[in-house]
Amino acid sequence: METATAIFLATLAAGTPLVFAALGELVAEKSGVLNLGVEGMMIAGAVLAFLVAAETGVLWLGVLAAVLAGAAMAALFAVVTLSFQANQVAAGLALTIFGIGASAYLGLDYTGVALKGIGPVDIPVLGELPVIGPLLFALDPLVYLSFVMFAAVVWFLYRTKAGLVLRGIGESPASAHAIGYPVIGIRYLAVLFGGAMAGLGGAYLALAYTPLWVEAMTAGRGWIALALVVFGTWRPGRVMLGAYLFGGITIVQFHVQAIGIDLPPQVLSMLPYLATIVVLVLISRHAGMIRINAPASLGMSYHPAA
Amino acid sequence: MTADAGGGFTAPRLELRQITKSYPAVMANDGVSLRVMPGEIHAVLGENGAGKSTLMKIIYGVVRADAGEMLWNGRPVSISNPAEARRLGIGMVFQHFSLFETLTVAENIALAVDGPFDLEALAARIDAVSERYGLPLDPGRLVHSMSVGERQRVEIVRCLLQEPELLIMDEPTSVLTPQAVRGLFETLQRLASEGCSVLYISHKLEELRTLCHKATVMRDGRVTGMADPARESAAELARLMVGRELPVCTHAPAREGGAVRLEIDGLSRRSDDPFGTDLEDIRLRVHGGEIVGIAGISGNGQQELLACLSGEQPLARAQAARIRIDGREAGHLDTAARRGLGLAVVPEDRLGRGVVAAMPLTDNALLTAHRRGMVRFGMVLSSKVEAFAGRCVRDFDVRCSGVDAEARTLSGGNLQKFIVGREILQKPAVLIAAQPTWGVDVGASAAIRQALIDLRDEGVAILVLSEELEELFEISDRIAVIARGRMSAARAARGTDMEEIGLLMSGLSSDAQLECAHD
Repeated sequence: METATAIFLATLAAGTPLVFAALGELVAEKSGVLNLGVEGMMIAGAVLAFLVAAETGVLWLGVLAAVLAGAAMAALFAVVTLSFQANQVAAGLALTIFGIGASAYLGLDYTGVALKGIGPVDIPVLGELPVIGPLLFALDPLVYLSFVMFAAVVWFLYRTKAGLVLRGIGESPASAHAIGYPVIGIRYLAVLFGGAMAGLGGAYLALAYTPLWVEAMTAGRGWIALALVVFGTWRPGRVMLGAYLFGGITIVQFHVQAIGIDLPPQVLSMLPYLATIVVLVLISRHAGMIRINAPASLGMSYHPAA
Repeated sequence: MTADAGGGFTAPRLELRQITKSYPAVMANDGVSLRVMPGEIHAVLGENGAGKSTLMKIIYGVVRADAGEMLWNGRPVSISNPAEARRLGIGMVFQHFSLFETLTVAENIALAVDGPFDLEALAARIDAVSERYGLPLDPGRLVHSMSVGERQRVEIVRCLLQEPELLIMDEPTSVLTPQAVRGLFETLQRLASEGCSVLYISHKLEELRTLCHKATVMRDGRVTGMADPARESAAELARLMVGRELPVCTHAPAREGGAVRLEIDGLSRRSDDPFGTDLEDIRLRVHGGEIVGIAGISGNGQQELLACLSGEQPLARAQAARIRIDGREAGHLDTAARRGLGLAVVPEDRLGRGVVAAMPLTDNALLTAHRRGMVRFGMVLSSKVEAFAGRCVRDFDVRCSGVDAEARTLSGGNLQKFIVGREILQKPAVLIAAQPTWGVDVGASAAIRQALIDLRDEGVAILVLSEELEELFEISDRIAVIARGRMSAARAARGTDMEEIGLLMSGLSSDAQLECAHD
């Protein structure tokens, strides 16, 4: 029972950075913009979150700094690809390389420093309930925020007019322009949201999941977030599921290593990446559903004729 | 006329004064003036590239004019985006629809109407409007599953929900069956009788004469005349539009008794694209010395059929006999091997499949004609390539700066003449042409049709796929119809009419039903 609870909580924690980053990227991609810079925005968020929290001693200022850092990186990407029509793939890759390099430099003096990270909330009564108390009412606030963001993204995309406009732009920017929507402006907002969410994911890594700074600590999670969006066929529910699947296997393989099963640790470390993608591909291979949910203009520059 | 029914002065619904718009290479609109009265159906007539679409986009706020004045109900206005145009009461149905395929009808319409976001209430309004104007629509359906005619209905209903005072229709009938065109005209006449003005853009002269009260004719970005379409003959309208007499094709009946050169025998194929069309048991024989036309609304399997016939989508080895060229099994062969058997293809997509835009005409000639002695030991014989390209340019009157001109510098009509010429000069056994005159001006269209007929008379089997019924009736000896991936039996063009072909195109009737009707 104790172990099960521990695995459950650790799974949530391991999946949460991916939930943030992938939901942000999902919104950006739904508007038709492919930002491959998630890894870079995430690590920029992580380093600034840690830096600000360490210097000020206020964890929430760190979170705020991460959100702003992610959004600032995304703004850079947006200017290059949306205003100047640069290739989105190349710009996104450059953003990732830039983010990894810059974060290593900024974090140089903080390598190995540990912080007292963001802990679980303390809800009286509910938190003391047997079984469900620790499972549901003693999580850290950012995990609750990720639930809220999930609900907000689903509500926004599928229940609001603004979400419909966003999906329409991803489907056909030319049509959206023809009926009078500011394609570029809305794409800017979507990309900025994606950056802020990636930054938030980075903050969670550096302040809650493992509250210490290590160079390149995102370890490819930004790429997994991207893969989740694609293999989750741009559906928030599947993307969320994929994030927790990844988190779950990450945690289980730790336990497997601890038990001492005779498999090379490298193979076990590969497992979460591999299994997540295989599972998502298998449950999402319906071509028609992919076509319905995939933004048709993904990755293509759009320039409205004047 | 409806407009002056009140007797006193009525301000025009829309008046344009000296609208000018230039793009880097062309003057799209040069001092265009236009006046539309309330309740008037006003035609804007012109060839491709005459500047009609640009003018409509200026009115709807998609494109901004460089100079000129626009008056709406007598007041000067400046429309900077489509939302403003809609607020004034201007609706537009685009030639290339501005719909979102993966959204439902109701969602598509919600994107273009103001007001609270409530899809259920909107669905009720859609039902009410579609009932009132006889445009049946299911608000919950996804657009990608709809036929072109149904999509147009979505666009029209979308406009009507805003209770427009001016409706702009850009080439609305180019994708419709003759029956659907009649339904559309009834809707438009009803709207006009309620006081809504209609700007109707088209290059089809006959339909303008039955529908429109007035016509403004454009050529090369300028207004070249005003006319009362009911009084002028189609030939006179054409002269205003083209600037000279329309060339006419001569089409003698085909000689009987040519051998079967292209045979499609029970071709079935599931489409790879989930939104594509599956081909079901297609059977057709094309004899040497005849032109067989395939009519159909786009998206009914033409692309899939073309891919199977050209070899872009070869069949499995076991199905090799489904397609025969000059009696030889060709179903499993790729494009190069089929061309080796004497097949030539003029694809629909000129710049994507017909030529490489950035290459000169010589290289583009080489791409399909390299079998005609232009390559020796793997080396290109430039002089032969140049001679061949030169013949294409000369024989088919391709206007270009020379055989070294890049393909993209040619106008659509000239490029198409070059491609058709390139294929014809290879002396094929079988020629397949898809939409051979799509987006091509009237003069070049006539030249291309005549070239196809001349080729027929040399004993070549020709298959033409086209959405333009007039074109098929002009050049075909027999016509078959493709609808939902099935093909009707080919019937003699001189023994059928547009009415019958239109019914088959809509897929509402099959050969069997038509035969019953004839009994």
